[in-house]
Amino acid sequence: MTDGQISEKNKKLTMAKPALWRPEAHLSTTVRDMPPSGIRKFFDIVVEMEDVISLGVGEPDFPTPWHIREACIYSLEGGNTSYTSNKGLPELREVLAESVEEDLALDYDPEDEILITTGVSEAVDLAFRATLNSGDEVIVPQPCYVAYVPDVLLAGGVPRPVATRLSEEFKLRPEDFAGEINERTKALVLSYPNNPTGAVMTREDLEEIADLVVENDLLVISDEVYDKLTYDGKHVSFAQLEGMQERTVLLNGLSKSSAMTGWRIGYAFGDPAIIGAMTKVHQYTMLCAPTMAQVAAVEAVRRGEEEVMAMKREYDRRRRLFVSELERLGLPCFEPKGAFYAFPSIQGTGLSSEEFSEELLKEERVAAVPGNAFGESGEGFIRCSYATSKEEILEAIDRIERFLANLEARGRSGKGIKKV
Amino acid sequence: MRDFAKEILEVLEENARATPGEIATLLGRSEEEVSGEIKGLEESGVIRKYMTMINWEKIDDGYVYAIVELKVSLHRDKGYDAIAERIARFSEVQSVRLISGDHDISFTVRGKSMKDVAFFVTEKIATLKGVESTCTHFVLKSYKEHGVILYDRAQPKRLVVTA
Repeated sequence: MTDGQISEKNKKLTMAKPALWRPEAHLSTTVRDMPPSGIRKFFDIVVEMEDVISLGVGEPDFPTPWHIREACIYSLEGGNTSYTSNKGLPELREVLAESVEEDLALDYDPEDEILITTGVSEAVDLAFRATLNSGDEVIVPQPCYVAYVPDVLLAGGVPRPVATRLSEEFKLRPEDFAGEINERTKALVLSYPNNPTGAVMTREDLEEIADLVVENDLLVISDEVYDKLTYDGKHVSFAQLEGMQERTVLLNGLSKSSAMTGWRIGYAFGDPAIIGAMTKVHQYTMLCAPTMAQVAAVEAVRRGEEEVMAMKREYDRRRRLFVSELERLGLPCFEPKGAFYAFPSIQGTGLSSEEFSEELLKEERVAAVPGNAFGESGEGFIRCSYATSKEEILEAIDRIERFLANLEARGRSGKGIKKV
Repeated sequence: MRDFAKEILEVLEENARATPGEIATLLGRSEEEVSGEIKGLEESGVIRKYMTMINWEKIDDGYVYAIVELKVSLHRDKGYDAIAERIARFSEVQSVRLISGDHDISFTVRGKSMKDVAFFVTEKIATLKGVESTCTHFVLKSYKEHGVILYDRAQPKRLVVTA
């Protein structure tokens, strides 16, 4: 045996035994500790089942209008497949500037006050990342869209969920968040018309909270993706209030109004300093929103208004149908004023939101999202999307009726259900 | 705000079987209001008929359809209306239109066979006073009628639960 052989052998023996590879130990603690979306959890149960009527879908049941799809196809045929500028196609920013001027009478410079993002989701993330320092607090009125709290956390911020109430039609009132403001509070999230409650804020409602915003020098991040789906009266943006445009990052997109969820087009309007900061993050992460989707978006903004209105009228009819049927069943429901969700209370059944949703799914194969997926204050409610055909809505109502009747029958043998 | 009548018509155009009660729910009005409005629309002739949109090809009805275009010459006492109305009276004829372009009048006709349709056109239409020429196009396949797509195509599925 030569020295060389020994040393080779020893090397093998003495090499430190690698620690058991535990990928979890390599995760960011922020991400590791972040609970998965309640929607996702529920989705995993649903996906295994057949013959499910879904009231769980947060997107239109219409395909994108054909002229929009066609504009994209035409552009692809022409080979339009390169990057756009980080800020987005100049043409798209220009038509958006015109449309926001027309809709809200707000003036934004397409050069440095508008950013095109990959869905509003990215815009929300960018807004937090561009403005929050570690430990900065953000007021998040709930129930709300599932991404705000995790996005604040990912940006190193501290989310401060505050509850809105059924008795106030889920509008945000000054007293709901006045007590949550401290010297670290930097921003307030607004998302009206609201997913999941269907609440809207009128000009007066917004004015009531504007004082607190100014007093505490807050930035407002306003996600108005459902603005076109406002049923009574006209949508009002927080940015329209006197002096509020500069403090507001106005987020919007085409997913809901133009039935373009899969295209991933969102946009942010705001002060050049904030939009500039968001653009910086965007250029290092996303580069630009998909070019073909931006081309389609130009067509949607320019010539899509008629379809948007036609879809809205259809949602409005379904809304009336669904809410009147819920009333008939005795499930108390605040009449949604925007978006395409109803948020009935199921507290009278004595079940938790998750129990109700799971049992309803298992017994009657109707999928509705438990309200607590949208924040603690959503407990006791379920979110039902009426962006589905009238036939399906009526079938779902029949099934819910049967479910409630069975619950009540069982109630006699112990499980209490009382109607509110 | 859109006209109440227009909203009703939009619902009925989509579903002729919608009852006044159902329409009332959809539009947030009372059943009486809806019934009254519909009655008015029927009486004024805005609503002509409640029909069912049928894809006859699916049950092989054995009918043959043709689009026929006409050139007509006008006379002092006989305008387009007179000829068009005359053609419209034939039960074989399903629609009649005054059109711009190379021809003047276009109509669709339904018959039991190509021969049937061809004879109808040559015997009943070509011989009408004022009809100068006819051009018959037999329909081979219909893809869309009255705004309804007739071909079956798998629809993309939405995820069952999304944010």
